[in-house]
Amino acid sequence: MSLIEVDRVSRTFVVRRKTSTLRRARQVVRAVDDLSFTVTAGEMVGYIGPNGAGKSTTIKMLTGILVPSSGRLRVAGLDPSAARVELARRIGVVFGQRTTLWWDLPLRDSFALLRRIYRVPLTRFRQNLDTFVELLDLGDLLHRPVRQLSLGQRMRGDIAAALLHDPDILYLDEPTIGLDVVSKSALRGFLREVNAERNVTVLLTTHDLVDIEQLCRRVMVIDHGHLVYDGELAGLHAFGNARRTLVVDLSDPAPPVDVRGATVTRVDGPRQWLEFPAQASAAPIVAAVAAGYDVADLSIQEPAIEDVIRQLYLDRR
Amino acid sequence: MSGPGLYAAVAVRSFRRYSTYRAATLAGAFTNSVFGVILAYTFIALWSERPDLGGYDVTTAVTFVWIGQALLTPVAIFASGAEADLVERVRTGDVAIDLYRPTDLQLWWLAADLGRAAFQLLARGLPPTLIGLLIFDLRFPSNPVTWLVFLLSVVLAVTVSFSIRYLLALSGFWLLDVRGAQTLTIVLSTFFSGLFLPLVIFPGWLKDVAFALPWASLLQLPADVLLEERTGWSVVQALAFQAAWATALLLLGRLVLRVATRRVVVQGG
Ligand SMILES: Nc1ncnc2c1ncn2[C@@H]1O[C@H](COP(=O)(O)OP(=O)(O)OP(=O)(O)O)[C@@H](O)[C@H]1O
Ligand SMILES: [Mg+2]
Repeated sequence: MSLIEVDRVSRTFVVRRKTSTLRRARQVVRAVDDLSFTVTAGEMVGYIGPNGAGKSTTIKMLTGILVPSSGRLRVAGLDPSAARVELARRIGVVFGQRTTLWWDLPLRDSFALLRRIYRVPLTRFRQNLDTFVELLDLGDLLHRPVRQLSLGQRMRGDIAAALLHDPDILYLDEPTIGLDVVSKSALRGFLREVNAERNVTVLLTTHDLVDIEQLCRRVMVIDHGHLVYDGELAGLHAFGNARRTLVVDLSDPAPPVDVRGATVTRVDGPRQWLEFPAQASAAPIVAAVAAGYDVADLSIQEPAIEDVIRQLYLDRR
Repeated sequence: MSGPGLYAAVAVRSFRRYSTYRAATLAGAFTNSVFGVILAYTFIALWSERPDLGGYDVTTAVTFVWIGQALLTPVAIFASGAEADLVERVRTGDVAIDLYRPTDLQLWWLAADLGRAAFQLLARGLPPTLIGLLIFDLRFPSNPVTWLVFLLSVVLAVTVSFSIRYLLALSGFWLLDVRGAQTLTIVLSTFFSGLFLPLVIFPGWLKDVAFALPWASLLQLPADVLLEERTGWSVVQALAFQAAWATALLLLGRLVLRVATRRVVVQGG
């Protein structure tokens, strides 16, 4: 069952720019442009794209705080902006750059206020709080005012806060921004658990591809408001202009080898690096090299996911 | 929508939060007292020239000054109530967080503002009044009912004031900087609330206009209730006038928020 349905949704912004003291130019920015996708209950989907691609705009529309310019949106069967308040009980949101907690209140009091806001039954609230305190290691932080927490500590508090009311869906907009390696991996472990044990559907935006690699089987890539890829993370390699590398060790140094379908990018003594499109099969290239040269060793390097994405972003500039 | 318990909790939290700003409270109460003394002497001079000006005698006029100093901050005639936080949240885009919660934005901030006002009525209202009582001859009512009605009128005053300041905060969805609009609001509310000159001494048509504007609810009406310048039916009229403006302006605020979220946007990614 589709929990999130996005059907040909667009959102434009009108920006007024000063061109001279008196004149102002009206410019229309298509932040999200004819976007369609669905997310099934229980999925954990990565939503990536370069800066300004439209990720946050999409999430704002999915929470109901921003109305689409056109198209149809359904989250848990509801029209987000029309049923914003009703939907709010069913979603949890974490904006990495903002906090849902109150700066002047101890973490514990922020949680208590959220319990009232979402009308969480006391016993359920206690159960959840106990679980999160243990998993996110919040025990020592509960009595501390939020303004005294470090970024990583605050983020843990924010994630717990977003889940106290047992939402079906969790939107995370750059939840790992600014966290150190240890905090990131702890957070990922927690999210995996929440997704698996509590069956919370997660939509995650990030610029850290390790988040995606470790958490999401499915990834959606957006650029200039368009969805340019939606599928398995592994499939990204074959997509676009990603390239694989065949590393050849010849028995003796030689001029660059000449085989069809691959180009030598580097020569270092007897070792040569041959690049070829990621979606092409390696077999004929390997065969051609082996047939024409005296080969001591061969290996194939898959492109790093980072490089794939970088290439993807660059190609679409 | 969450129940009344939530909004009570918001008000209590706001009361507590303002109570932690001790130095600011002390400095403010001191300033109110100094202003009160200066204004009271000015009024004494004025009323000795023109006794019975605006239908007040000199004691009533001087008492009006001290009621003004006591209500100035609770009623937020110079703005800077709880809406100041909302202004900031609209500017930074943090208002997004308020909007995706199952709460009513206006009720939330009204509750916070009432909590603030309750604290400031005690901490910023009582000290200057005591100073005024020490130095001047003031007249306060002995009838407890008058005091109760006065309190009700003050709650309505804060609500009217809030509803204007809430609109001011929402203007931040369109304006990059609300300071200009804020200055205008402060000038209007200072002049038309009667803070510097009671509306009763305004000349002719200006007086009629002033008494029809919402700002009359902020100080002139509650003061007239406490001074027992209004009694009986006239008190009911004053309260109804305040309640009508509060309702109209709060409804306008709800409408504006709806337009704001539809047309305009929350700042930042
Ligand atoms: N309130 C706004 N007014 C005008 N333009 C906006 C507004 N919000 C977003 N935009 C524009 O819409 C586009 C998409 O912005 P969005 O914040 O969705 O990007 P993003 O994918 O979240 O980027 P990032 O990775 O930098 O967070 C950008 O070009 C941005 O400038
Ligand atoms: Mg963003």
